Amino acid sequence: MSAVEIERTGHDFRESPDEPVLRVEGLVKHFPIRQGVVIKRQVGAVQAVDGVSFDLKQGETLGLVGESGCGKSTVARTLMRLQEPTAGKAFYKGRDIFDLGKGDLRRIRREIQMIFQDPYASLNPRMTVGDIVGEPWEIHPDVLPKAERRHRVGELLELVGLNPNHLNRYPHQFSGGQRQRVGVARALALNPSVIICDEPVSALDVSVQAQVVNLLEDIQDEFGLSYIFIAHDLSVVRHISDRVAVMYLGKIVEIGDADEIYNAPTHPYTQALLSAAPKPDPSARDDVNRIILEGDVPNPADPPSGCNFRTRCWKADDLCAREEPLLETHGVGGHPSACHYAELRSTDVA
Amino acid sequence: MSTTVATGPAEVAGHTTDPDAPLLEVTDLRVEFRMRHGTVVANDSVSYALEAGETLAILGESGSGKSVSAQAIMGIIDSPPGFIAGGSVRYRGVELLTMPEKQRRTIRANHIAMIFQDALTALNPVFSVGFQIAEMYRVHQGVSKKEATEKAIELLDRVKIPAARERIDHYPHEFSGGMRQRVMIAMALALNPAVLIADEPTTALDVTVQAQVMQLLKELQQDTGMGLILITHDLGVVAEVADRVSVMYAGRIVETGSIQDIYERPRHPYTLGLMESLPSMDSRGTRLEPIPGSPPDLQNRPTGCAFHPRCRMARPRCATDDPPLLTIEGAGRSSACHYHEEVHLERG
Amino acid sequence: MSERTTDKEQDHVYERSMGSGPDLPNLDEVDLEPHEDGPEAGLWSDAWAVLRRNPLFIVSASLIVLFIVMALFPRLFTWFYPGEQNVEACSLSLSSNVPGQGRPSAEAWFGYDIQGCDYYLRVINGARISIFVGMFVTVGAVIVALTFGSIAGYYGKTIDALIARITDVWFAIPTILGAIVLLSVMGNRGVPQVSMVLIVLGWPSMLRLMRSSVLSTKEMDYVLASRALGARDRRLIIKHIIPNSIAPVIVYATIYVGVIISAEAALSFLGVGVQLPAISWGLMINTASARIINAPHLLFFPGLFLSITVFSFILMGDALRDALDPKLR
Repeated sequence: MSAVEIERTGHDFRESPDEPVLRVEGLVKHFPIRQGVVIKRQVGAVQAVDGVSFDLKQGETLGLVGESGCGKSTVARTLMRLQEPTAGKAFYKGRDIFDLGKGDLRRIRREIQMIFQDPYASLNPRMTVGDIVGEPWEIHPDVLPKAERRHRVGELLELVGLNPNHLNRYPHQFSGGQRQRVGVARALALNPSVIICDEPVSALDVSVQAQVVNLLEDIQDEFGLSYIFIAHDLSVVRHISDRVAVMYLGKIVEIGDADEIYNAPTHPYTQALLSAAPKPDPSARDDVNRIILEGDVPNPADPPSGCNFRTRCWKADDLCAREEPLLETHGVGGHPSACHYAELRSTDVA
Repeated sequence: MSTTVATGPAEVAGHTTDPDAPLLEVTDLRVEFRMRHGTVVANDSVSYALEAGETLAILGESGSGKSVSAQAIMGIIDSPPGFIAGGSVRYRGVELLTMPEKQRRTIRANHIAMIFQDALTALNPVFSVGFQIAEMYRVHQGVSKKEATEKAIELLDRVKIPAARERIDHYPHEFSGGMRQRVMIAMALALNPAVLIADEPTTALDVTVQAQVMQLLKELQQDTGMGLILITHDLGVVAEVADRVSVMYAGRIVETGSIQDIYERPRHPYTLGLMESLPSMDSRGTRLEPIPGSPPDLQNRPTGCAFHPRCRMARPRCATDDPPLLTIEGAGRSSACHYHEEVHLERG
Repeated sequence: MSERTTDKEQDHVYERSMGSGPDLPNLDEVDLEPHEDGPEAGLWSDAWAVLRRNPLFIVSASLIVLFIVMALFPRLFTWFYPGEQNVEACSLSLSSNVPGQGRPSAEAWFGYDIQGCDYYLRVINGARISIFVGMFVTVGAVIVALTFGSIAGYYGKTIDALIARITDVWFAIPTILGAIVLLSVMGNRGVPQVSMVLIVLGWPSMLRLMRSSVLSTKEMDYVLASRALGARDRRLIIKHIIPNSIAPVIVYATIYVGVIISAEAALSFLGVGVQLPAISWGLMINTASARIINAPHLLFFPGLFLSITVFSFILMGDALRDALDPKLR
């Protein structure tokens, strides 16, 4: 199908089984740093996202992990066009999201929805839960006739495990976990096919996190949704993801099946990240193989030359300072890893 | 292990200490917040003891009151609305709660120190970190300005801040999150306290930085022999550093025990539920087993056992009889569950 | 937070007693109950619940209602009064200009003025101009602030820079001095003219407040969430941003009514406000100031009413701030 044909089909997006639902190519987002009192000129740029590419298949969950400032949330926001990307393409069922006009963008927003991190900030405190969950239809009135909306809100609340009779209550009357359920219900209202979950359980209590994770899994099964699941908690990502992409300083450093990434990481950063995560098992304490990285993440306004990770990497040498490693499959691991010296850890081999 | 705590009786803020008493002992502490809409009991019959060189973790979710007893120890509860309604806090046998504020300040600076989750708000933004640390030496030890600065540099070096001598004149906002946490640790340790209370010290930090900071705390504890109270919600962090654990729920301690006991043989359904709700790092695994419901609002504490509405083991008795925290299986091991013998059977 | 009203709850299947009676929990349903009871508790009704229990609010609100009724229906306060049949009937023989005469008494609670008119009637009638000017100006300034403050805060960039700079320049004009200059060149000065001038000079502070409030609100996740759904600017501003950024403006506007009332009085006192024969507290104080020794009641009563009015609005503003402050919720 040619590009012209795709253009003509309007919102009838192309669908074919092997085509990924979402394909992101070379996504770049730089935030300009401006200085000056009257005339502001650009003195630099924070390279929040710097050339990120990945595919998302139908019904799949792609985990996006990394530490704060690695750009994972910026990826989410640019994909939602809440922030305009600096460069790159993102094809949703064949059409470039970044290239859509206002009308097409509104239509595509029905298909891609988002769940936010902070259940306290993501619900308007002046609106009832019913109005919050029903707002999508106010914005897209043709999706559901007015007469059916109230009933459907009740159904959605029930679906996410809330009492449908509580639609006249306000967000602050609910606990954090319940609010996050409201956020899930709102995201489901337009029957999307992709949901971007931006740290959806990070703000919740441990005992409540699992409830929301289960809920997300249930509705994925029920509606065949695809998720981009962004989190810094490695075990939650491990639990929910089919594939995982590890980000460091605006770039994906390693991507692959969740099992491969967790059992056979080849990038030193992934290895360090996995090794540093505290495990809820006192017998694993004082692990001699534990990697504790030195220093902090470099300033994204002034990233190091060559490989971004070389300032904290124990393998780094001249090559790493000179040449940026490409995200490509090496002899080991069987999945792409952006390291000149990608290899399995000796302890992982066993 | 060297220890900074004197072995014989010593003077603490004008009181004579008892060298045989626990380093820090909290007994039956009750803290109330008297709000517009009624009284919230944030801590009820909270008791624990800490020995030198030991790490005690207080594990709890938001609203469990896990930080409240620490604030009571430090004497920094907002009052009103907070009131200490009963109990005692003893430092080497010396009662702190009845002490006049002036003596409390001496204790706070020299014997018991605290670090917080958010280092940026805990440090004064208008003074350089060097000045803030040197100030502690000048005020409490009366050393000269130059000497105090030297000591501050030494201290920053000890918490592994690179190029401490150059960074001494930097302001808190010029440090990264992990470095700021180190600065706060340095300030807390400036006067060699015997007890360090760390309230969610790594929650705001990234995983790799978190590991650094926990490692640092562990090393410093080994060097100084201080007792560490670690307040956290993170079962992983607890598993890495704690010797003993007290699990809190709805303002009370529901289970105590050694780290192995708590993780391998939990004797309270809440502790068990917490463990089971955690996803595993090692395999994709099956469906998670969450604890249903939400932690209770302390203003509407359920009757009987506060956990019973969320407990899969609950029986009629649990809704009416409030289970006390009873010693089980010997010293240091206790559970507040009527059916604690059966908890391990639940483990699947 | 508020009283439990579980008995009124409409729930059927989901109703369960959280901790009363020995019935066992059904685990599947535990998380369905909001953790606070009370069926309809919006932030505004919560604020109202707080206000209702605040004695300062009760006092200030009662006084404000009293003054507003006084402004709208002065006769309610004067009809029973001796001499009501002929309000305008003044007798120079009662003039307080004569030493020792026209003082407050049982027949004339506030005494008589220099024309020998009953002073109580005049003070009551003076409420109208003060309250009207205070309300008109505040409403006008709030409309300007809401409109342009939201636009500047929401759209940012050039339009914000433009509005913000104009506001700053305008803000630099001293309000009272500017009003004196503008009003002194007007021939005919009544309530509309005085109000207009005060609106023209008074909006910048309110606009700055609204703009900064909008700036912080528009970063909230619920605004992003609505944008992610495809909401247009109009909806975002009206449904999400204004309702969540208006609280500080309401607090300030309440206090502002008091400020404007004193400004009107000051302008009238200086002779550039409303003109005789209008009855205004400022004008009364102006007349009385020359006779402060001989007839202090002429100054005292309008001064007292003016102060109580201004004080009520400021008190009300404080009470509102307590109720709307998110930190106390």
